[in-house]
Amino acid sequence: MDDNIRGESGGYIGQSVPRREDKRLLLGEGTFVADIQLPGMVHVAFARSNLAHAEITSVGLDAVRAMDGVIYAASGADLADELPPINGMQVVTPQGWRDRVDTDILIPDQPLIPHDKVRYVGEAYAMVVADSRYIAEDALELINPEFVPLQPLPDAQSALDEGAPLVHEHLGRNVAAFLHTKKGDGAAAMETAPHRLRRQFTHHRYAAMPLECRGVVADYDSRTDTLTIWSSTQVVHWVRREVATALGMPEERVRCVAPDVGGGFGGKGHVYPEDILIAYLARRLRRPVKWVEDRHEHILNAAHSRDNVYDVEIGFDDSGRILAVTSSFLVDSGAYTPVGAGIAGNSIAHMLGPYDIANYETDCKIVLTNRTPNAPYRGAGRPEVGFAMERAVDLVANALDIDPFEVRLRNMITADRMPYDVGLTYRDGVPMIYDSGDYPQALNRALEELGGLAAIRERQKAALAEGRYIGLGIGCYVEGTGVGPFEGATVKIDPTGKIMVATGACAQGQGHETVFAQIAADLWQVPIDDVFVTVADTAQVSQGYGTIASRSTVTASGAIQGASDEIQKKVFAVAGHVLEAAENDLELRDGGVGVKGVPDLHMSYRDIAQAAKPGWDHKRPDGVEAGLEATSYYVPPTVTWAYAASAAIVEIDRETGRVEIEHFVEVHDAGTLVNPGLADGQVKGGLVQGIGGGLLEELAYDDQAQLLTGSLMDYLLPTASDVPPITVVHMETPSPLNALGVKGLGEGGAIAPPVVIANAVCDALRPFGAELNSTPVRWGDVAAFFGDDPYAQAEA
Amino acid sequence: MKPAPFTHLAPTSIPEALAMLGEHAPDARVLAGGQSLVPMMNFRLARPAVLIDLNRVPDLAYIRDNGDVLAIGAMTRERTIENSELVHDAAPLIHQATIHIGHLPIRSRGTIGGSIANADPAAEYPAAVLALDCILVASSVRGNRRIAAADFFDGVLSTTLEPDEILTEIIVPKLPPLSGSAFVEIARRHGDFALAGVAAQITLDGDNVSDVRLAACGVGPAPMRLVTAEAAIRAGGPTGDAFDDAARAAAAEVDPDGDVHATAAYRRRLAGVMTRRALAKATEQARRAS
Amino acid sequence: MIENQTVSFTVNGTVRSGEAEPRMLLADFLRDRLQLTGTHVGCEHGVCGACTVICNGEAVRSCLMFAVQADGAEIRTIEGLADGAEMHPLQKLFSEHRALQCGFCTPGMLMTAIDLVHSNPNLTSDDVRTGMSAALCRCTGYEGIVNAVEAYARQVYGRGAGEGEGNG
Repeated sequence: MDDNIRGESGGYIGQSVPRREDKRLLLGEGTFVADIQLPGMVHVAFARSNLAHAEITSVGLDAVRAMDGVIYAASGADLADELPPINGMQVVTPQGWRDRVDTDILIPDQPLIPHDKVRYVGEAYAMVVADSRYIAEDALELINPEFVPLQPLPDAQSALDEGAPLVHEHLGRNVAAFLHTKKGDGAAAMETAPHRLRRQFTHHRYAAMPLECRGVVADYDSRTDTLTIWSSTQVVHWVRREVATALGMPEERVRCVAPDVGGGFGGKGHVYPEDILIAYLARRLRRPVKWVEDRHEHILNAAHSRDNVYDVEIGFDDSGRILAVTSSFLVDSGAYTPVGAGIAGNSIAHMLGPYDIANYETDCKIVLTNRTPNAPYRGAGRPEVGFAMERAVDLVANALDIDPFEVRLRNMITADRMPYDVGLTYRDGVPMIYDSGDYPQALNRALEELGGLAAIRERQKAALAEGRYIGLGIGCYVEGTGVGPFEGATVKIDPTGKIMVATGACAQGQGHETVFAQIAADLWQVPIDDVFVTVADTAQVSQGYGTIASRSTVTASGAIQGASDEIQKKVFAVAGHVLEAAENDLELRDGGVGVKGVPDLHMSYRDIAQAAKPGWDHKRPDGVEAGLEATSYYVPPTVTWAYAASAAIVEIDRETGRVEIEHFVEVHDAGTLVNPGLADGQVKGGLVQGIGGGLLEELAYDDQAQLLTGSLMDYLLPTASDVPPITVVHMETPSPLNALGVKGLGEGGAIAPPVVIANAVCDALRPFGAELNSTPVRWGDVAAFFGDDPYAQAEA
Repeated sequence: MKPAPFTHLAPTSIPEALAMLGEHAPDARVLAGGQSLVPMMNFRLARPAVLIDLNRVPDLAYIRDNGDVLAIGAMTRERTIENSELVHDAAPLIHQATIHIGHLPIRSRGTIGGSIANADPAAEYPAAVLALDCILVASSVRGNRRIAAADFFDGVLSTTLEPDEILTEIIVPKLPPLSGSAFVEIARRHGDFALAGVAAQITLDGDNVSDVRLAACGVGPAPMRLVTAEAAIRAGGPTGDAFDDAARAAAAEVDPDGDVHATAAYRRRLAGVMTRRALAKATEQARRAS
Repeated sequence: MIENQTVSFTVNGTVRSGEAEPRMLLADFLRDRLQLTGTHVGCEHGVCGACTVICNGEAVRSCLMFAVQADGAEIRTIEGLADGAEMHPLQKLFSEHRALQCGFCTPGMLMTAIDLVHSNPNLTSDDVRTGMSAALCRCTGYEGIVNAVEAYARQVYGRGAGEGEGNG
């Protein structure tokens, strides 16, 4: 890699720099958790419940402990006194949010291994440590558990029914949280609205399903009394915190590293019991311990997501202006809510999207059931609420016989109204003010990419005349990104003059090592190869937050900037002293500091680092301390506002109901793009996940809360053949809220596709007055609109 | 998920394999391509104490032209069949079924005998051999037994093979003159098991049909001959109206279950649609052969 | 107690041996006995393709083979694709086309693609997409992967994918 890659301005930011991560991954030399092999390592398997809700009477481990090759076994009862549960709400909501949103939150703690009850199919009730995973799984079969089955709660409604058993008795109810917020007066505005409609919208349960399952390796060093944990996680600092708390160790004596991680998408974005248990075992057994989840375990046990039911009422006038929106929704949170009210908090904030709507009221119940716990997955509440809202907007259009495109334009906030006060409070406790962007422009552009609205409608009419059904679907959203509370970065100038950057962000394929190198290289005016980036290692950065919620580019860049600014003061002071120049006459250039306008007066970072050393023979001016390193914690003022307009054309096979997406377009604005190529990959990857969510992926439960889709043969991930032609247009309206003008973009792609597909199918089926208000969109449901006999004589 | 322990036996000849199975049945399973059995073993849903691995028996993999029929050894890889000009030309329905099977890496190991003996209701080969009235040769230490395809499949993942029998050969009647065939299926993703699939072969006699064969997969516990649909074609000839009638007949005569992927009603509909499409395609091919 | 067997086969041109119970999956043998951890395990039921290696010239799912079955075989894994420090042309194309993000599916994708391209001189664009649907990627949305494999086919056969006579 060389300076050819710099842009015209001479910077790396804005260039599609090839990734430095690629080489090791392409050669098969990446290190994922399962690849770590340490001498004397032992292996763990968990006994997992086949019942969704049952009392644990006893767990007989005698036969297990007697088996050859088994080193240790424990049930929840064995650990109850030693290891406390994980604090129920891993993401604490700030006071500012709780002051302005009505909340009643009672989150259950999550035991590492329960001893009283199992609460979902897949919950662990015992663990075995053995010489190999094969032997550990054999040992599981020797466990003698006794359960008393309890009535399972297979869905949110059953958990709310009168007389329903409690998932967590001590909470006294099955509602983990009630949330409520409003602006204007939704009820009054609804009363006076010329038109109203009410519908229920269901967004089904599906999940992040990364290709790499979870895994943890832990190693305890008795000489230094330190634990090292490698976890396939997005939040190394959270893991460190929880392990240190559980084991009563200082955080500095616990190191958590996320090595190469094979995808996370939110599913690895909180602390799981296994993160702590494996660490505990390493310290207890004084041997390195490895646990790698298998796919079946993953599907049962790694967090699920979505699974919302919305009851929405929308009031509008004759021209399609939306006057009021009220909604009441349920989140099926499963047996625990590790990220508390986070998802629903997003939903209530994002419902109004890009529209100027004066009156809004919403309430929600986060319901505990006997399903797998629900935690954020790419989009985290925005796909769910976006589905409800964007379907509702189409229904408003249909009711008035106005084009859905037109209705959206009539309601959209226009660019000249930025910054726009939404009148609601974001999850960070700060009033929501959309910072920048042009929503109508994005929508217009999306339709242009599909050939223009008029042409599309013409095609549609002509097709219908031939007995073919094509449809146009639209979905728009605004997305708060780059949320706090903070991110940390430590920057150092190494004695060799290299720029060392470490940040609490964690990577699962986003290309952080490259992106942050670009940012630092521009800050320090060095070739990018002189920047070394470490992510996801608590030993490198004292405090960090991690990668969730489309936040890392915004927050880590802020921290890198902050730390660099601090060091730069010292760098100028030292260089000024050595070069005998005033600091005002200095500039960063050519891998060091030079005097402006004097090419020969230049000092490399290496020489500056040497000059800044502690001890004798340094060249620091008086009052300047040794060392060129700084740590900064960037606290974003609030979120930045990415947004997109998506549209697609579909064609329906009237005989089979099969939905073929002819072309899917997303016009996406995430502000300044540090690496446009990587940004494009993020959006496209998200779009394909969203298409999967709209058409293929489903976690289906029966009435005993048994998961029916427990393998990849039934949980259908999109393959290359399932991807339609996709066009992504990137608009770059810089955010005024940070120096680089960046907004977050990790999640965006996954938000719109389900509703775009549903809207497109309904549009195609308008001759039948069809409404599809739930996901996934099923071919069988589509086919049903064409009547029982696909070959009947009479044609529409 | 790791499989339970088993003893691995690797015979190198057919008699050796039969003797091993004779000795260890019913605690033994036969390992062909492993693309269906090994996942079940990894889930510990199948836990044979003994695995008789046929992958080192060269005499079980062959494609022979025996005049009116092809004789295909049970261990012939799906990939080999896919690439076989002989199969493509002489028994095209087998080729057409093969290209729907999973993906290339699956077909590298999967075998025709393994697929048929596994008898997954949604698998392609069972429907194809049923349509063609293939003979399935079952061998044991007691000798060989010829089983008509119609007598072979008796339920979900169940066949009439005795516990000590191995399926060793599939005898496939060649495509007659003036005939065409097609295999049409619909799956949620490319390479998945079919929601419904139909194997069709039709022989024309001027404006009439002298033979029509339709068998469906994915629409019941076992592959099924669509006899009333066939009757509709024999009665109505190779016409669009008759194809419509056959589609309706097929939808009525299948009795599928519903599951997360499709309701019973939807599968019925798909059986009809696949029937019609397979008939149209097979007829088009037959007309080109005329 | 089932006895271990000695399993011996050629991996990336070198004969390697190790001990394995009959039930040990080839994928686990490669990773744990031979320390060839480039081959990844994503599902253990033959669906995701992350474990794909080339066995006797054909791509196979190494999670669906037992190590003992590979005795005497010629196996090629991701570690054998590059030529020392020089990446294989397909690896370079993957990087150029942004065909990887997290990298977990990448070894399986590459081995799948090698077999796909080299076994079919008449590969069309559609054939590439269909053929690569054999392996799952959760990050990229496949565009870069398909583009890279098409470009590789063009390199191998000296003309455009899509110009071939089609897959008969």
